[in-house]
Amino acid sequence: MSAQLPGPVMVAAGCGGTGRELEPYAGPDGLAGLDLVTRSITLDARAGGPGPRVVEVPGGLVNAVGLPNPGLEHFLATELPWLVRAGARVFVSIAGSTMGEYADLARRLSRAPGVAGLEVNVGAPDEVGAALFEVREPYHSASVIAAVRREFPTDRPVLAKLRPDVSRIVEGARSCHEAGASAVVVGNAVPAAFPDGRAGGLSGPAIAPIALRCVAEVHRALPAVPTIGCGGVHDLRSAGAYLDAGASAVQVGTALLHDPTTVARLRAALALRALQEDA
Amino acid sequence: MADERGPVDGSHPSVHVDGEVVATKRVGGYRHLTLTAPGVPERFRAGNFVAVSVAGHVARRALWVHRVRASSAFGPTLDVVVEARGSGTTWLAAQPVGARIAITGPLGRPFALPKVAVSCLLVGEGYAAAPLFPLAERLRERGCAVSLVVSAPDEAHLLSALEARRSARSVTVLTADGSVGQRGTVADHVAGLVERSDADVVYAAGPHAVLRSVAAAAERAGAWSQVAVETPTPCGTGLCHGCPLPVVGEDGVERVVRACAEGPVVRGDRIRWDALPDALGQVL
Ligand SMILES: Cc1cc2nc3c(=O)[nH]c(=O)nc-3n(C[C@H](O)[C@H](O)[C@H](O)COP(=O)(O)OP(=O)(O)OC[C@H]3O[C@@H](n4cnc5c(N)ncnc54)[C@H](O)[C@@H]3O)c2cc1C
Ligand SMILES: Cc1cc2nc3c(=O)[nH]c(=O)nc-3n(C[C@H](O)[C@H](O)[C@H](O)COP(=O)(O)O)c2cc1C
Repeated sequence: MSAQLPGPVMVAAGCGGTGRELEPYAGPDGLAGLDLVTRSITLDARAGGPGPRVVEVPGGLVNAVGLPNPGLEHFLATELPWLVRAGARVFVSIAGSTMGEYADLARRLSRAPGVAGLEVNVGAPDEVGAALFEVREPYHSASVIAAVRREFPTDRPVLAKLRPDVSRIVEGARSCHEAGASAVVVGNAVPAAFPDGRAGGLSGPAIAPIALRCVAEVHRALPAVPTIGCGGVHDLRSAGAYLDAGASAVQVGTALLHDPTTVARLRAALALRALQEDA
Repeated sequence: MADERGPVDGSHPSVHVDGEVVATKRVGGYRHLTLTAPGVPERFRAGNFVAVSVAGHVARRALWVHRVRASSAFGPTLDVVVEARGSGTTWLAAQPVGARIAITGPLGRPFALPKVAVSCLLVGEGYAAAPLFPLAERLRERGCAVSLVVSAPDEAHLLSALEARRSARSVTVLTADGSVGQRGTVADHVAGLVERSDADVVYAAGPHAVLRSVAAAAERAGAWSQVAVETPTPCGTGLCHGCPLPVVGEDGVERVVRACAEGPVVRGDRIRWDALPDALGQVL
């Protein structure tokens, strides 16, 4: 049985709060039917990094939030049931400091009711700072994906979220797909620095051309691998550019921080676009 | 004190709307803007803020709501007080009547109101005194005795206390340079003010250092404190976890919460001040 892929619009990891904060802006049906990726969940609770965690730069934001999350146990007990009741299609983003942690997270999430799929965060902009398993080579991410895939039922998708590095993205996408990823998300925030030199990740409109190039390269080299475009999507045109380049879906992150209704508007606009294309 | 401020979660009925500047007025060092923002004034409670979009910028700018009018020639409106400092506030202060601005609100947990008529001291520094004016009105409606302190570096940055005299039993004016009222800062005067007002509850809004001095004075006097923090909030809506506020929970456990969603109003004795950076990222 093939996994049902999300799309065409998803909430990107870490930009939808716990889901509850997005609900007032999600449109008439609230979160019902919305493809939502949670912020990255780790086995143990994390308080997140010191401030300032997010600063504005021309065309975007630099962030080093430090993966604040209540840990898997608490997430399963409180946040997940709420999201499922609200009708969201929940893709849980998982992050671990070892391969074993990723496998553990996947195993326990495979038994949790209402999880539509997993997104594996294997391309964070500052893995060392965030104390995450370091992905330097494509085989690093592929082995994480293989470990996750072994623990998670094949009828539900596992998405591999990669760093938008044009020199490595095709290799990364190929090896993750071979390791069992249902689709690749291209990509995470771009490694960058805060004005004071601390490591962080750049997001927002400034990175759209970078991620778009990566999506185009992956689609050209690996047309059979479903890709999900992520980086700077904020309107129909920026979403359409990814879809036209071969992406099967897009994720919206930073734009939600600027206008929390962005996903609701994009879903409506893309539905209309699909209708017009059919006609 | 009973906490009836409603849920911290997404059932908070905020809206994101296209607002319009319907009046703009320079008052001393500030620019007062009157805005329409359908749905926001109707839902407002004292201590809420709005997040506004600035042309060409990704992060939102948070502004206290100073006043709402249920009806006017333009329908319901809200007032904000802008101090032009950086890129966003300078842009906002320059917006003419008719300019359209995307507004999200009302946001954040408002001030908790006492259930019974008690004595309240309200302390505000600079533009951050703005949310204390609607608070004073609510408290007076509940029969509370309200003492208001407005403080600023100089006269130009003092919010006018004139209109507050209707709601407050006493109004004290402090300026650091002594240009009007008593000379000195909140930290200099707060202990005596808490004592003289015989306050059961102290409310404060301003920079972290001011709030810290107020919370400490309240605690020494055995009063409750409710402080409205101004931690830079990139989105204002709780989505990004970018405004960490270190607190101690009711259960005694140390946590980091979001200033915009679990705050901006929190009990002063719950904040871990030593771990709280000021707006520039320095620890006080
Ligand atoms: C809850 C809350 C209520 C506020 N109410 C008011 C108000 O009523 N009137 C008013 O003039 N200002 C208010 N501020 C501050 C305001 O939101 C602006 O962020 C701040 O004035 C700087 O913005 P800027 O674009 O002018 O400066 P820039 O230096 O261009 O800002 C760059 C970035 O840093 C952030 N930033 C810088 N300094 C601060 C600061 N002191 N506080 C918060 N964020 C900062 C900005 O939001 C922006 O993302 C409030 C802030 C908060 C958190
Ligand atoms: C504040 C913030 C928090 C984020 N948190 C996560 C996270 O927990 N896990 C993750 O995989 N990506 C995280 N991201 C990255 C986004 O999901 C997204 O991949 C990236 O920001 C690029 O897309 P955008 O330009 O639409 O924001 C975060 C981004 C931001 C701005």
